[in-house]
Amino acid sequence: MNYKWNWGILFEVSPEGKGTYLEMLLSGLMWTLTTAFFAWMIALLLGVTIGVLRTLPSRTGRLVGNAYVEVFRNIPLLVQLFLWYFVVPELVPERFGDWLKQLPNAAFYNGVLGVGLFMSARVAEQVRTGIESLPVGQRMASTALGMTTAQTYRYVLMPMVVRIIFPPLTSELLNTIKNTSVALTIGLMELTARARSMQEFSFQVFEAFTVATLLYLFTNMIVTILMRRLEKSIAVPGYLGTSANVVVH
Amino acid sequence: MFRQTLKHGLVALATVIISSTAVAQDLTGTLKKIKDTNTITVGHRDASLPFSYFDDQQKVIGYAVDICMYIVNEIKKELKLPNLQVKLAPVTSATRIPLMANGTIDLECGSTTNNAERQKQVAFGPTYYLTATRFVYKKSSGITNLASLKGKTVVSTAGSTNLKQISEANTKQNLGLTILAAKDHPEAFLMVETGRAVAFVMDDILLAGLVAGSKKPSDFAISSDTLSDPEPYGFMMPRDDAPFNKMATAAASKLYKSAEMPALYSKWFDKAVPPKGLVLNQPMTDKMKKALANPTNNPDPASY
Repeated sequence: MNYKWNWGILFEVSPEGKGTYLEMLLSGLMWTLTTAFFAWMIALLLGVTIGVLRTLPSRTGRLVGNAYVEVFRNIPLLVQLFLWYFVVPELVPERFGDWLKQLPNAAFYNGVLGVGLFMSARVAEQVRTGIESLPVGQRMASTALGMTTAQTYRYVLMPMVVRIIFPPLTSELLNTIKNTSVALTIGLMELTARARSMQEFSFQVFEAFTVATLLYLFTNMIVTILMRRLEKSIAVPGYLGTSANVVVH
Repeated sequence: MFRQTLKHGLVALATVIISSTAVAQDLTGTLKKIKDTNTITVGHRDASLPFSYFDDQQKVIGYAVDICMYIVNEIKKELKLPNLQVKLAPVTSATRIPLMANGTIDLECGSTTNNAERQKQVAFGPTYYLTATRFVYKKSSGITNLASLKGKTVVSTAGSTNLKQISEANTKQNLGLTILAAKDHPEAFLMVETGRAVAFVMDDILLAGLVAGSKKPSDFAISSDTLSDPEPYGFMMPRDDAPFNKMATAAASKLYKSAEMPALYSKWFDKAVPPKGLVLNQPMTDKMKKALANPTNNPDPASY
């Protein structure tokens, strides 16, 4: 391969004049993490709400929940971001639309919203399956004890559901971090966007994307380790997901 | 008698084999690959009007494509490959370097700015276009020049040299701009169209193409203020491949100096170009005439 490797490029000053190329990539990582954090908050909050809604006795509740999930998971994330960024400001009253367009960091808010809502549909599905995986007797027993629906969910169902869906939720969190890269299409200067501009400026494409790959890998490994720890600390002994040596007495 | 003939025949055969291997050994790098595979692969862009793009029949056309096809023809003659296959490979700004480094494409014909930093990674052919950085704005926005952008939101394409230039101008002239980065040119233009930004800072020729292709070209104007010296565009070739670079450069120089060149230039920059019959209205400048008369791949804008 006719390629001139130059790892020293990372310590050269980037043409943007705000530090080296490495610092440029790290600032991209910061945007990735910030966007992912807020998007995950939205995803969890809405995901749990919608997921619960889909298992409630109320027919309307289930209908609304189903519609929400189907809309947000059936439209590609890229298209959703474009809709939020380019189409929505044209649909709302002009004054409000102009205000939206002139918002500083609009790409960031749009990215958080778009990725958050997209991921919330996936979280909602897992919450629903988590609830449905519990033996129906738990719900019946709660009712027999005179608990309201809210109490049943709060004290009986949800504590177990959280533990059951924890491993796939970790995957969804990792997906959220990775999916923020799609927001580069609306101008969010996150890690992938930074790697791309580094290769445009310097033409050192492999160095740029190697570093970006490693940064993603390390970030996600740290997240995985932390989530694994959290998973262990909340595990109920004797129930699924706990390691064998805890179960054996 | 038979033996004699056989002997002559063998000698003749041996001579042919020896001389043909001698020719093949002369060739190295890309030229050898072209000869061996009887194929040359040309990288092109999909929407860099009028340099390199698809027309409405999905055919690759453009000013840079015409120049590259001329070069390919010259190589065909030089290497005596009458049936040379020309493969076209679409590239993007992100894929053009890896594809050139790993030998997938032999030439890249698009709208690639030739600069010193990039010359460390690839070789450039002689300059075929000069473009300065300007900005496009809506006539209704009340913008007239650089100073009138003060405090407004502007956009440029992520990773472009233009983004760097507007950032510098912003700091130097204390304009207090909010600078957005868009994924690509059409999207940056869309931001101006929808009012997310008041101006799009880019190479003037690309702006002319975007304006001409927009829904209502009369709504937009391109600034007369420039943010840079004219920067050279050139075709890219693999670096450290002197024989190939020399052959391609010689072919291009021959075309630039020929009588065909003014007609080729005006075909793409003065006349209606497919697919929509847009007229870019960018006649050849004096600097451009000079650059074509003395072909050079100098990356320094000041030298033009």
